[in-house]
Amino acid sequence: MWVWPSQLRSRGIIGMNRRNIRYIGRYNKRRLYPLVDDKLKTKLLAEKHGITSPALIGTVTTQFEVKQVGKMIEGHGGFAIKPAKGSGGKGILVIERVDSDGFVKPSGAKLSLEDLHRHISNILSGLYSLGGAPDVAMIEALINFDEQLSEYTYEGVPDIRVIIFRGYPVMAMMRLSTAASDGKANLHQGAVGVGLDIATGTAVRGVQFDRSRRDHPDTGHELASLRIPDWTNLLELAAGCYEMTGLGYLGTDMVIDRDRGPMLLELNARPGLAIQMANGEGLRSRLDLVEKQPEGMGVKARVAFAQQHFARRGELKDLPDPELAEPCVTT
Amino acid sequence: MSRLPFYLIVGLLMVLGIGTSLHRHIAMEVPWTPGEQRQVWEVEAVVDFTALGEPARVELALPSHQRGYRILTENTASPGYGLSFLQDETGRRAQWSIRQATGSQQLYYSVRLLVTDDQRKRQISRPSLREVSWERPYDTAAAQVIERAWMRSADPYTFTRELIRDFNDDRQGENARLLLTQFERTPLLVRLLNQAGVHAREVSGLMLEDGRRRQTLTSWIMVFEDEENWALFNPRTADQGQPENLLLWETAGRAVLEVQGGTNSRVTFSMLSRSQPAAAAVRSQLADDTLLNFSIHSLPLEEQALFQTILLIPIGALVVVFLRILVGIKTSGTFMPVLIALAFIQTTLPTGLVGFLLVVSVGLVIRNYLSYLNLLLVARVSAVIITVIAIISIFSVLSYRVGLNAGLTITFFPMIILAWTIERMSILWEEEGPKQVLIQGGGSLITAVLAYLAMNNPWIRHITFNFLGVQLIIMALIMLLGNYTGYRLLELRRFKPVTED
Repeated sequence: MWVWPSQLRSRGIIGMNRRNIRYIGRYNKRRLYPLVDDKLKTKLLAEKHGITSPALIGTVTTQFEVKQVGKMIEGHGGFAIKPAKGSGGKGILVIERVDSDGFVKPSGAKLSLEDLHRHISNILSGLYSLGGAPDVAMIEALINFDEQLSEYTYEGVPDIRVIIFRGYPVMAMMRLSTAASDGKANLHQGAVGVGLDIATGTAVRGVQFDRSRRDHPDTGHELASLRIPDWTNLLELAAGCYEMTGLGYLGTDMVIDRDRGPMLLELNARPGLAIQMANGEGLRSRLDLVEKQPEGMGVKARVAFAQQHFARRGELKDLPDPELAEPCVTT
Repeated sequence: MSRLPFYLIVGLLMVLGIGTSLHRHIAMEVPWTPGEQRQVWEVEAVVDFTALGEPARVELALPSHQRGYRILTENTASPGYGLSFLQDETGRRAQWSIRQATGSQQLYYSVRLLVTDDQRKRQISRPSLREVSWERPYDTAAAQVIERAWMRSADPYTFTRELIRDFNDDRQGENARLLLTQFERTPLLVRLLNQAGVHAREVSGLMLEDGRRRQTLTSWIMVFEDEENWALFNPRTADQGQPENLLLWETAGRAVLEVQGGTNSRVTFSMLSRSQPAAAAVRSQLADDTLLNFSIHSLPLEEQALFQTILLIPIGALVVVFLRILVGIKTSGTFMPVLIALAFIQTTLPTGLVGFLLVVSVGLVIRNYLSYLNLLLVARVSAVIITVIAIISIFSVLSYRVGLNAGLTITFFPMIILAWTIERMSILWEEEGPKQVLIQGGGSLITAVLAYLAMNNPWIRHITFNFLGVQLIIMALIMLLGNYTGYRLLELRRFKPVTED
């Protein structure tokens, strides 16, 4: 049931307190938080920096505008309604398609326009925002996620969380939604986390509810064969968020769109620690190594450095050698 | 990034906190535990005199802090008189004055004294030797008495003892008897001591005996061995040392009572002993308002009661910080548990728990219905508040009818807290399911109960209220906890799977 602290320390596991003081407190300036806490700001910033993100259909800022939402979403097959200042995936409503008699969630449940109005009105009142501050509702186009990945997920869009430390991608995982997580990609709600090798973007290890797992609970598809397409490009995009925000310890949530490739979904200035469980490894040694690196390296150099030093062989499959060689020659 | 300033601040807070607490314990004799009983004497002095119809001025010597006794409060009653307290290096005096008074006058002075076990001797300045001259034939008698005692003594104390014994009935000689016909016993002894080169003075003390009335001061002889050390002698028995129940009233060798413009003056004393909790005794300590003695006890009682609660909040905060940083318990809202714990203090724990659970669960059901009505958030929360008030009133009335007065106390729960708890819980329920509601709600309740147990502990209540320095210690502890980068207790369980392969 319990382990000794020394066992965790020897594995380089980072606890909440250490994360808060040693990394977030030291590398994330408070005044930069609004950039990531407000998804609308993040989005506009990303556009300025040439980092692709899902298309914005529109925003609702006043209760008065709520009634016009129907017009705004006309013609869009699927969309997601998000609170700009929400956290932990709270208040995100995904509509997969619009039927003659309503809006269909990925789970198949149907909502009426009234339901959407209420949801947006709640967002504006600050129900989902930190501290209950008044908020803005964003309506984003749905991501057409890569068919290659559809077997690995159930209902929702799988996203890829990459921890960026001082601009270096240090650890990554893919979050696959399950029936248990109600199509959401939050690990504590029951989504499956798959640790990804930084060098190749292949699966290292899978966990659900903090227990290791080899297949997806709903699709039954084995996780070992998971391989993220366009991996180096995704890492570079994620690593670029360091320059964009100035935050030293950052969680980037990426998605892969069928047509537009990797894009930035959102940023998190206080990324969780479950990524360590998914990778079966602590962050400590990687963060220590990055701290020793000099300031001022370019994005490509940083990604190459990470790919070279943080390569891991997956424990899900028994490959003789990790596929290290080809993707890491990007500099 | 140097952590030196941090440790300096923490160290400083610690030292300051411990220092001021020790100071209060040692100098002000505030006990560490709340249960201690202390004996308190109430002494009342009545000055009687007959006024002559002209301006009158009355001076009465007053006692001051001394070994074994500490003055708590003092009061006077003297209608029509002007009153001022005079203080000089020799002692304190009360001075009453009036333009015109006729007939029998009574002035009251009462003092409450705390019996302490402080055994330090008070510094009293040594009186200078007085030139003594005798008339015949007393000079020879005095010389002989002195010589007789001198032969059988070794130092000032033994000399005093021998001298007093020579005036006692069993050993009274011719010379002593002769001297006593002309002089009063105590002034005579002091005179003889002075003549023999022993520094001494006459002082007045009051023997404290419970329930005695119309007592007068007794005279004692204070004999100085050297500049600093002195001993008290009973001029009647030659016993050395201050009896336990002797309160020194006047130690400067001056008159206890001086009346101008009156005759037949005298002062009598009545006294009463009682024991009271140490905390209460400390509270009424006569405060010398220096910064070190800075005390909320000088505030009016109502504000004190308020502060007693406010000063407990840091304890609750410490519990929350401890549970969150070291244990890793999840609570809904950071300091909401402290507020719930404060409400528990008003309601007592069982009533509070039952009341809280009842109100929140009924509120959840009603909130659930409200969510179907499709209301704006602010309106919905307001509706929940009104519902909470309704639930509380219904419970109160019901429990009163059934005969449970305890039910009435749930009104102490802060309305907003209840409404927000209900609102948060119902959102949590919708979004993350009942399991998270149990985890976070349970975490909040556990934290609230632990905070309540800590805050309601009589010992902690006593310490936080009487030792303000403890607040600094708590702050230092909280800062230290805020610097803790180790694992939380629950993380040892959470991260276990990683270590398994």
